[in-house]
Amino acid sequence: MPSRTLKTKKSGRSAPELIFGDLWNFDPAPETADPKLKTSYDLFIDGKWVKAKSKKKFASINPANGEKIADIALANDADVNSAYLAANRAQKMWGKTPGKERGKYLFRIARLLQDKAREFAVAETLDGGKPIKESRDFDVPMAAAHFFYHAGWADKLEYIAPGKRVEPIGVVGQVIPWNFPLLMLAWKVAPALAAGNCVVLKPAETTSITALKFADILQDAGLPKGVVNIVTGASETGSAVINHPLASKIAFTGSTEVGKKIMRSLAGTKKKMTLELGGKAANIIFDDASIDQAVEGIVNGIFFNQGHVCCAGSRLLVQESVADLVITKLKTRIRMLKVGNPMDKNTDIGAINSLAQLNKIKSLVAAGVREGAKLYQPECVLPKTGYYFRPSLFTGVTQSHRIAREEIFGPVLSIITFRTVEEAIEKANNTVFGLSAGVWTNKGSRILKMAAELKAGVVWANTYNKFDPTSPFGGYKESGFGREGGRHGLLDYVKLS
Amino acid sequence: MNRLTITKTPKVYVGGAFIRSESGRVFALNDANGNFFANIPQCTRKDLRNAVEAAAKAGPAWAKRTPYNRAQIIYRLAEMIEARSSELVDAIILGSKNGTSKFAAEQEVAASIDRLVYFAGWADKYEQVLGNVNPVAAPYFNFSVTEPMGIVGVIAPQQSSLLGLISLFAPAIVAGNTIVAAASESKPYPAIVLGEMLATSDLPAGVVNILTGFHKELIPTFATHAHIRALVAEATSDELKTLALGAAETIKRLNSFSAEDKIDWFSDSFESVYRIQDTLELKTVWHPIGA
Repeated sequence: MPSRTLKTKKSGRSAPELIFGDLWNFDPAPETADPKLKTSYDLFIDGKWVKAKSKKKFASINPANGEKIADIALANDADVNSAYLAANRAQKMWGKTPGKERGKYLFRIARLLQDKAREFAVAETLDGGKPIKESRDFDVPMAAAHFFYHAGWADKLEYIAPGKRVEPIGVVGQVIPWNFPLLMLAWKVAPALAAGNCVVLKPAETTSITALKFADILQDAGLPKGVVNIVTGASETGSAVINHPLASKIAFTGSTEVGKKIMRSLAGTKKKMTLELGGKAANIIFDDASIDQAVEGIVNGIFFNQGHVCCAGSRLLVQESVADLVITKLKTRIRMLKVGNPMDKNTDIGAINSLAQLNKIKSLVAAGVREGAKLYQPECVLPKTGYYFRPSLFTGVTQSHRIAREEIFGPVLSIITFRTVEEAIEKANNTVFGLSAGVWTNKGSRILKMAAELKAGVVWANTYNKFDPTSPFGGYKESGFGREGGRHGLLDYVKLS
Repeated sequence: MNRLTITKTPKVYVGGAFIRSESGRVFALNDANGNFFANIPQCTRKDLRNAVEAAAKAGPAWAKRTPYNRAQIIYRLAEMIEARSSELVDAIILGSKNGTSKFAAEQEVAASIDRLVYFAGWADKYEQVLGNVNPVAAPYFNFSVTEPMGIVGVIAPQQSSLLGLISLFAPAIVAGNTIVAAASESKPYPAIVLGEMLATSDLPAGVVNILTGFHKELIPTFATHAHIRALVAEATSDELKTLALGAAETIKRLNSFSAEDKIDWFSDSFESVYRIQDTLELKTVWHPIGA
């Protein structure tokens, strides 16, 4: 192992550095709990499993090794129509069910999810490629928390809009992404049900498994038939869900490109909409920040869930006076990240969700190199099969580079420097997106100034990528509109009069 | 011989100044008897872009005014209108071919003034209703605050040319947005007179900009102008579809009222804090709690 040295700004002298990351190989520590999967899944419509009228299935692939996990029914227009008819029938009853009773179903769902948390975590990692420690410690517990939080709102809705009468909207069509499959389901389904709406949900085609397992939980909870219907498939199924005339509202999380398509296809209709779209968040490090904490925050900001996070801190804005120090520490830190089998409890960066996404990341990284930015990747060994990408840093990035403007949705960080507070604000806001931002400084007044000036729906100060059911989440500008979580998220699922 | 009266040249109020359309185009406005009254500026998309520029310039300073100050300025606008309400009554009567009664016009002006007073009072209160401290399950201080969206485009109703216009823009400016509005095409004169009152209120130049002209010429640019962050509009379903399609290009917020629904602008439903929320973004800030 070559000895590595760290030049500190203070002394200008080389200091010895301890690198543990690749000195010893960790023993494998695979999670072995049984995810209890079926080999084949049908559609969940009107409270029961039904065969797709399309008579077609598609394969769900484990991105960690490229192997097939299960065959999943492909819903066509007729299947989506059945789901809406079921939801519409259920709506008449569910909308009138007292909030107290609706809440009890949601409490039950939260508890049943907690009971099967490990099973769901393993299924999530198997299907999506995210590290087991994240699905176990973040995705699944947070999904249960969302149901528990919204359960309590169901009989207290008059408090979300003082002075107004609150009613359900009706049947809601929901289309969710592949980066946090179960958690995004929870963000969508929990507030919809609490507010008295019925749901037709389409999970992403690469990550349908936990949504289908969730249908079993709904049955165990005794949720009335038709209140939640789950139809699986790709973009054609999605557009059937979005364009169905029985939908009173569409809730979508995904790319800005698809968000715009949805807006166009709903133009001229009276459907309500909430869109949670892409991002290119600035994570801003000032020279008075606690640098070691900031480095941890940068790593968490961009490498959490392989960077498949719409609010990922994918643009690092670092004050020039500490840029060398931060970049050096960052390089050291990412050499310690363990990239590999997502089911291993020690893994920090798992598999890229799909081959298509891997190719997209590769092409944007190639564009970064072509446009003159300098790429750094640690020399970690990647598994031979499956879809993996090294944690990557780009230095020498300018505002006009594609890697500074486009959402990469992978473990790739673009580093840009700034000198003054004004320059940091200008650069941070110089994007069509506005989902999130990070600020690292020990000066309180500067935090409040930055929090006020950054055009983003979520600002993390001296922290990053924190989420909570009580905390509204959603974007400015082309990152979408509407909020999810908290009192504000519920407002988007009710009609006021 | 009777003295010949001085007629007024109607001009639109943009960026704190009274201007004609850059195009030099006008359209004739007749009075209720069908006699020529005046030429109204037929504003173009270039006029609209200039108005957006004026709104952009005024935006940051308006948003930074204290809520108490915004409240007083909007109340001052109500004072200015009250004092000259007979002019607006005449303006409403003038434009209506079916002969709006004086009584109905007076009611519309009174409701418009009251609506401004209603929203003026919200300026330093809505944050306390719409914002929140969120009890997250971890040691963080987490709060949500509102922020203005920026520039809001307003398409005024054809019929309720004063009350409808004010009901759409008042909540937006209370929230700290600046606005660019298209006045009623068929009844443009109340908006022209309102501009003269805006100019004598303490509202800074560029906070409210009102154009007159043909909606079919202006609406496509309202729809697609990237610096307009939100639209509030009463329009026909075809026009609303054009606005929605254009809004998709930049994920613009659209809050629409269909002209076919025969909206009652006198309705109490237009006096609500949620009308203000329609042109606000919500920002959530996290900070760790520790020594």
